[in-house]
Amino acid sequence: MSFNVNEKGYYGEFGGAYIPEMLYPNVEELRQKYLSIMDEPDFKAEFNQLLKDYVGRPSPLYFAKRLSEKYNTKVYLKREDLNHTGAHKVNNTIGQILLAKRLGKKRIIAETGAGQHGVATATVCALMGIECIVYMGEIDIARQAPNVARMKMLGAEVRPALSGSRTLKDATNEAIRDWINNPVDTHYIIGSAIGPHPYPDMVTRFQSIISEEIKWQLKEKEGRENPDYVVACIGGGSNAAGTYYHFLHEPEVGIIAVEAAGKGVDSGHSAATSKLGKVGVIHGCKTLLMQTPDGQITEPYSISAGLDYPGVGPLHAHLAQSGRGEFFSVTDDDAMNAGLQLTKLEGIIPAIESAHAFAVLDQKKFKPEDIVVISLSGRGDKDLDNYIDYFKL
Amino acid sequence: MNRITQKLQEDKKILSIYFSAGYPNLNDTVQIIQDLEKNGVDLIEIGLPFSDPLADGPTIQASSTQALHNGMTTQILFDQLKNIRESVKIPLIIMGYFNPMLQYGVEAFCKKCAEIGIDGLIIPDLPVDVYADEYKAIFEKYGLINVFLITPQTSDERIRFIDSVSNGFIYMVSSASVTGSQSGFGNTQETYFERIAEMNLKNPQIVGFGISNKETFNQATKYAKGAIIGSAFIKYLSESGSGKIEEFVGEIR
Repeated sequence: MSFNVNEKGYYGEFGGAYIPEMLYPNVEELRQKYLSIMDEPDFKAEFNQLLKDYVGRPSPLYFAKRLSEKYNTKVYLKREDLNHTGAHKVNNTIGQILLAKRLGKKRIIAETGAGQHGVATATVCALMGIECIVYMGEIDIARQAPNVARMKMLGAEVRPALSGSRTLKDATNEAIRDWINNPVDTHYIIGSAIGPHPYPDMVTRFQSIISEEIKWQLKEKEGRENPDYVVACIGGGSNAAGTYYHFLHEPEVGIIAVEAAGKGVDSGHSAATSKLGKVGVIHGCKTLLMQTPDGQITEPYSISAGLDYPGVGPLHAHLAQSGRGEFFSVTDDDAMNAGLQLTKLEGIIPAIESAHAFAVLDQKKFKPEDIVVISLSGRGDKDLDNYIDYFKL
Repeated sequence: MNRITQKLQEDKKILSIYFSAGYPNLNDTVQIIQDLEKNGVDLIEIGLPFSDPLADGPTIQASSTQALHNGMTTQILFDQLKNIRESVKIPLIIMGYFNPMLQYGVEAFCKKCAEIGIDGLIIPDLPVDVYADEYKAIFEKYGLINVFLITPQTSDERIRFIDSVSNGFIYMVSSASVTGSQSGFGNTQETYFERIAEMNLKNPQIVGFGISNKETFNQATKYAKGAIIGSAFIKYLSESGSGKIEEFVGEIR
């Protein structure tokens, strides 16, 4: 079974480009050009140089000794939290800004949930001197204030999404509307492995640097390229897609996806799409989607703004449906405790999104000789207020 | 012959009105359709509300949201329209996003439309390519016309393709925008309207987005067969209620 996108933009039955005609010229231009641009030697050179000197890659693969002892298995952390801007998101925004420049675009728009993608987009726009507008749900603006301040300082305009649940889904709607209204000069930097083809594949390829590095780093440390498991949290699924990419067709590597259960999968306040979703169309792609029986998109819930999304990327829908991926759901409480535990055991404060991935250690028993690589997709600075409130610190 | 095709053969400019079903009140749908026909509207687009209407601006989105709050569902809309053909003769189109249709089942949806006497569908986020590959046969089986959009950015080649797949009219989006965001047309639109008129497409074109009054209706229909009013009508409904449709339509022509 293949986990690569096919020529029509599908992973199994998921994906495609379900877009209004107004978006067709832009999306079609991207579809025709993204692979050839990404393949140009000068593009590769510029991308790799920025990842190295600006982002600070490779990000370390860190053996978490105390965490490993506690769970009696070998846990490695892929330290995307150490990237410039504090999360994996910048891998993709560097790639897309270079692509946008080659497409001659003068204006960048983006959506953001936790604000990490917004910050990463505002950052590369500052770096390149390009106008930047970030759409963010009004609720997320309130719960991710430090990132809003960062984006403004970087020169981006942050526009609140006031409709619907006023979170990531609605910010994405507003960004798409902006693109419809500005079809010629604007590039839309989608931050997750979602959206119409070619976005899920393009974002996945830019993020695949994560698993590319894991392979050679693990070879250095353990004498083998393939771990027994790779673990990542999933909202739309960009850090997960990048963490899995080079292992998708290595059957001995177990793929573990961790979704936000919010207050519990069946509580009515959850974002566990693989458990609660049905096949549907959201933001231009066919995927698993939380919705009413009537096909209205449901408002999701998670304490973590970055996982608060009613769908998953089409690759992940395919991983879930085919059984290639093992999906777990983690509640707000379990994620917060896993975040605090990582802080106390390893001296690393994770983003609440990433903390979800660590809670899987309490749900699944790994063998002592297993090598488990967990994507530490972002750092927790932006979440300090949430941690402080939650634990009454 | 499909009522849309028949209507398009009449020697007149077509006035089409869009409204969100279930707005302002859940059970206004049938009355609004009847009043629009009585006041000389040629074609009606009944909006099936959706939670995330990507191609719509704030006015239509707000009316969709209100309709959903009022309790509108696909099944309720079909129930409301069950006997519509006893009183209404003009062509009726359902306009909605793809996901609610997908959940109802595309074939079941089309079958129901045919039973009721719906003549066509507009599904902005079902691209013409996917339609041609996967759904065309079903639409044709139930005698439904599917209407596609073109915009000022659509290439001539793609317009020709859309024309070849279409069998009713082409929905000509007046400018690069979501619904309800334009006021008036300038030279850009004029050039675009001329360009499309000169292509001599087999399907007539009806202009939508940015038509709000007599002036814009006349500008749009100088080149095209007709024009669609959506946001302006909804705004009127929200300000004046559904009782004064005569006044609104009367001001257009």
